[in-house]
Amino acid sequence: MDLILFIVFALIAVVAAINVVVQRHPISSAVSLIAVMGSLAVLYLLLGAEFLAAAQVIVYAGAIMVLFVFVIMLLNAGGETKAGRSFVASLLGVPVLVALLILLTYFTARIYPRQTEVHFGGFRGGTAQAVGRALFTTYLLPFEITSILILIAIVGAIVLARKELE
Amino acid sequence: MDSFIVISLIKIFVVFGALMTILAYLQWVERKVIAHIQVRPGPYRVGPHGLLQPLADVVKLITKEDLIPPYVNKTLYLAAPFVAMTMALLSIAVIPFGPKIPVFGYQTYMELADLNFGVLFVLAVSSMGIYGIVLAGWSSNNKYALLGGLRSSAQMISYELPLALAIAAPLLISNTLSLRKLVETQDGWLWNWNLFHGFQYVSFIVFMIAAFAETNRIPFDLPEAENELVAGFHTEYSSMKFASFFMAEYANMITVSCMATLLFLGGWVAPWPAAYGSGYVPVAIFAVAGVVTIWRGLNPRRARDRFTFPPFGVVFLVAAAVFLVPLLQSMLLPLFWFCAKTGAILFLFMWIRGTLPRFRYDQLMGFAWKILFPIAMLNLLATGLAVALFS
Repeated sequence: MDLILFIVFALIAVVAAINVVVQRHPISSAVSLIAVMGSLAVLYLLLGAEFLAAAQVIVYAGAIMVLFVFVIMLLNAGGETKAGRSFVASLLGVPVLVALLILLTYFTARIYPRQTEVHFGGFRGGTAQAVGRALFTTYLLPFEITSILILIAIVGAIVLARKELE
Repeated sequence: MDSFIVISLIKIFVVFGALMTILAYLQWVERKVIAHIQVRPGPYRVGPHGLLQPLADVVKLITKEDLIPPYVNKTLYLAAPFVAMTMALLSIAVIPFGPKIPVFGYQTYMELADLNFGVLFVLAVSSMGIYGIVLAGWSSNNKYALLGGLRSSAQMISYELPLALAIAAPLLISNTLSLRKLVETQDGWLWNWNLFHGFQYVSFIVFMIAAFAETNRIPFDLPEAENELVAGFHTEYSSMKFASFFMAEYANMITVSCMATLLFLGGWVAPWPAAYGSGYVPVAIFAVAGVVTIWRGLNPRRARDRFTFPPFGVVFLVAAAVFLVPLLQSMLLPLFWFCAKTGAILFLFMWIRGTLPRFRYDQLMGFAWKILFPIAMLNLLATGLAVALFS
């Protein structure tokens, strides 16, 4: 059951991710990206990281992607026109990609050998309580620094927007 | 395992059937309520007091011509109502309607799935529901629909923040994310409800305002403002595809009302313990209604009252008797209180629709960011401080 769900949603994630790049129209790409985020959330859920799954949907698939779609709609961006493709890119694109994937798989297998194979639902630290405790004890400093970083970004965005107004 | 699947399937059919009926009749109730607010009778032709109107509407919508304009983006145009409908119906799966009850020897919960992050699930699903409206607006390739979709996405992003902050405050008090445990912490007397127990009046009001905006209801129905945008995001939709947007709106209304009931009003628990006779309230209500109806039927003001009132009186008395059957009591009593509370909030939705005019667009955004958001933030801070000090 776990394995079937994993294969289905992993396939959806990969196909949708390829679709993000292949699609010409920005809205179609954005919708595919939402599908990627959604299936990633299901994969998190299968691993037992329920809080992460919910946060993935609320923050990424919900808020951030709505903002993407909003901007695309606001600018009324049309379909991408076919740019002149370089000869080298069309010749080497697929082989180089395959080689890269093979290298990635090889090194992942070398660094993380079979003993650390992922078990479905075996992870117990994914509840909201566990994540909250980890954030406010072990990772308190990185957590606070991240929030200050985001605050700086917000202030920066407002400063930039005000300059344009004047 | 097998019995679990069978019971789950039965529960799904029951909940789905009930939800669909309620969706159809909620629209009738709303039309009646608004009509009476505006001093007119409302639907009256199809069946007694227009009671068969929802059925007639369904037949009308199904048999109407299903038009697909040639200039739309077909895939997204067809997917949008489906997304809106699915996401609207999905969150009902985690809403608990009652406690654990015995059914033919099995112990089962009165809900479809007991997730221990139920609140987050509802938030996640409702945040995905926006795409139905946004994609409908964009794919219609129509400037009014596009404007409706744009407004909707901006409005939803803005009001989701105060909504989530208002939800967080009662969660702090109940100290859980599971909707079932949330209700269990509010058991007992009226003042154990999160609304009174933790002085959550502010977050309740913020939650309700944000919920009105999230469900695109008046006074926040700018995505479909008729006088500016024809019909907003669903301008190009007809037949069942239009109906599914309509049903999605009502399903969202029900979900939000259920959430308000669970978070603030104690879910299915009675206002006072059963030891003090709260179990006899529905019996009393139905019995009094039955007696009054029969008495009015025997002393009629209009000639036809003699024939129409007594049957209803008998129905009310039977309903009162059903609440006295011990086997059904454990199931019906929680359901009664849950429906009463949710129904009261749904009535509030209709009442406000009949009372308030629509916001102007700049007012809408300013209100969310400059008033609602700071209030929700301060309320969360105060609640957090109180919880830290007193528990």
